[in-house]
Amino acid sequence: MSRQSFSALALIRRGLSGHLGWQNQWRKAEPKAAYDAVIVGGGGHGLGAAYYLAKEHGLTNIAVLEKGWIGGGNTGRNTTIIRSNYLFNESAALYDHSVKMWETLSQELNYNVMFSPRGVMMLAHTVHDIQVFKRHVHANRCNGVDNEWLEPAQAKEFCPLLNIEDNIRYPVLGAALQRRGGTARHDAVAWGYARAADALGVDIIENCEVTGIKRDEGGAVRALETSRGSIRTRKVGVSAAGNTSVVLGLAGVRLPLESYPLQALVSEPVKPVFPCVVMSNTIHAYISQSDKGELVIGAGTDAYTSYTQRGALHINTHTLDAICELFPNFRRMRMLRNWGGIVDVTPDRSPIIAKTPVPGLYVNCGWGTGGFKATPGSAHVFAWTIARDEPHPINAPFTIERFRDGYLIDEAAAAAVAH
Amino acid sequence: MLLIVCPYCGKRPEIEFTYGGQAHLARPMRPAELDDQAWTDFLYMRTNTKGIYAERWRHARGCGRFFNALRDTTTDHFLAFYKTGERPPEHPK
Repeated sequence: MSRQSFSALALIRRGLSGHLGWQNQWRKAEPKAAYDAVIVGGGGHGLGAAYYLAKEHGLTNIAVLEKGWIGGGNTGRNTTIIRSNYLFNESAALYDHSVKMWETLSQELNYNVMFSPRGVMMLAHTVHDIQVFKRHVHANRCNGVDNEWLEPAQAKEFCPLLNIEDNIRYPVLGAALQRRGGTARHDAVAWGYARAADALGVDIIENCEVTGIKRDEGGAVRALETSRGSIRTRKVGVSAAGNTSVVLGLAGVRLPLESYPLQALVSEPVKPVFPCVVMSNTIHAYISQSDKGELVIGAGTDAYTSYTQRGALHINTHTLDAICELFPNFRRMRMLRNWGGIVDVTPDRSPIIAKTPVPGLYVNCGWGTGGFKATPGSAHVFAWTIARDEPHPINAPFTIERFRDGYLIDEAAAAAVAH
Repeated sequence: MLLIVCPYCGKRPEIEFTYGGQAHLARPMRPAELDDQAWTDFLYMRTNTKGIYAERWRHARGCGRFFNALRDTTTDHFLAFYKTGERPPEHPK
């Protein structure tokens, strides 16, 4: 099927003819009896993996199974922040691989994912913060990842609404700025990958939940049982975020994961007032402004594991307390809506992108509270792992066995985010 | 916010409590005899149950004591609260 290409010219042409004649972005596929590979989970990571399997590894007889709708999970629920200023070499390589791919993703997919490298600024409020962030700046630079230290006045210059007075509970003592970081349009990432994968022949099957994993005498994957029938396949890549433990449990694979609700909220839309992304780990504030004008605010995880996709209000008010202190201009803004997603958290707060003990079964999980930023890079190395039955050098350290062997990638304390 | 019934103090709001994760994980009696895989299972592997889950809570800003609860992780409704050392009560599947 030939695919309409998006361009300014096409937009003008369709606009003049009343926007009639746009195609569906992807086919509504019915599950076939067999595929060469199946991706479980139709979020950005799963759709992206299908796209790279088809484009770079020549596997086009493949399907993406999604139990709900495309991009309806964490891909459509996150706060769209992109950065790569992680401490350890392994993390820096993985997340910066992703940032580099974000920079050309719209052209790659012929779909505007609205990547906006507007800069991510992380605030320091204590002496410990200053020391940790400066260590991050140096470690990042050694790894070729941009990051720079700002004094409070420079931070205010970068984000004029920021309150740097010293009469607040946690005054701003400085900031670390990654200028290549920013935001992207989360829905567009899922839709763009779905459209591009579909154009290469990938079947995208919504409302299809995996209910069983069949294995042969040798233990290898043979077929998937789903709510829409049985599908034979020898390769299954699971990219199911908060539900990964459930899906892998069908094959008897245990994982070091716990699933927690993570919430976010948006304000009423206002004119452009906020030029960057600001994060504060110590007092827990994440804020940016969408192109629609809403302030997009990330709250924390709830204390307990859950699969409900909602959380408690006091988690949100805790974040708003911090926002109001840092940005007094926003004190009388009204919040429009809030929601939750279920994030799968590993003990070391680093993901798992790896083979499993079951031949033919691969997993990409454990992204915890920060998976969106990694979407292209994660999908890219996961596709490599599935196609070649061995990890890409970038994801080789991110195994399940690292917990047994003591090679943790311990971003729990070192990640620039609070957990 | 959850309302949690401490077996010692009664019903209190969630912010008085801290979460203790999966319940009934006993520390191995003979730690020196465990191999790496057994330690991995004890330290890191969790059932992460979607459904009825036995978990620990601590009434940190109250009596300070640990206790257990059964909660349905698909609805967040509690089914039972019981003291540490007691077996989980029977519950309808």
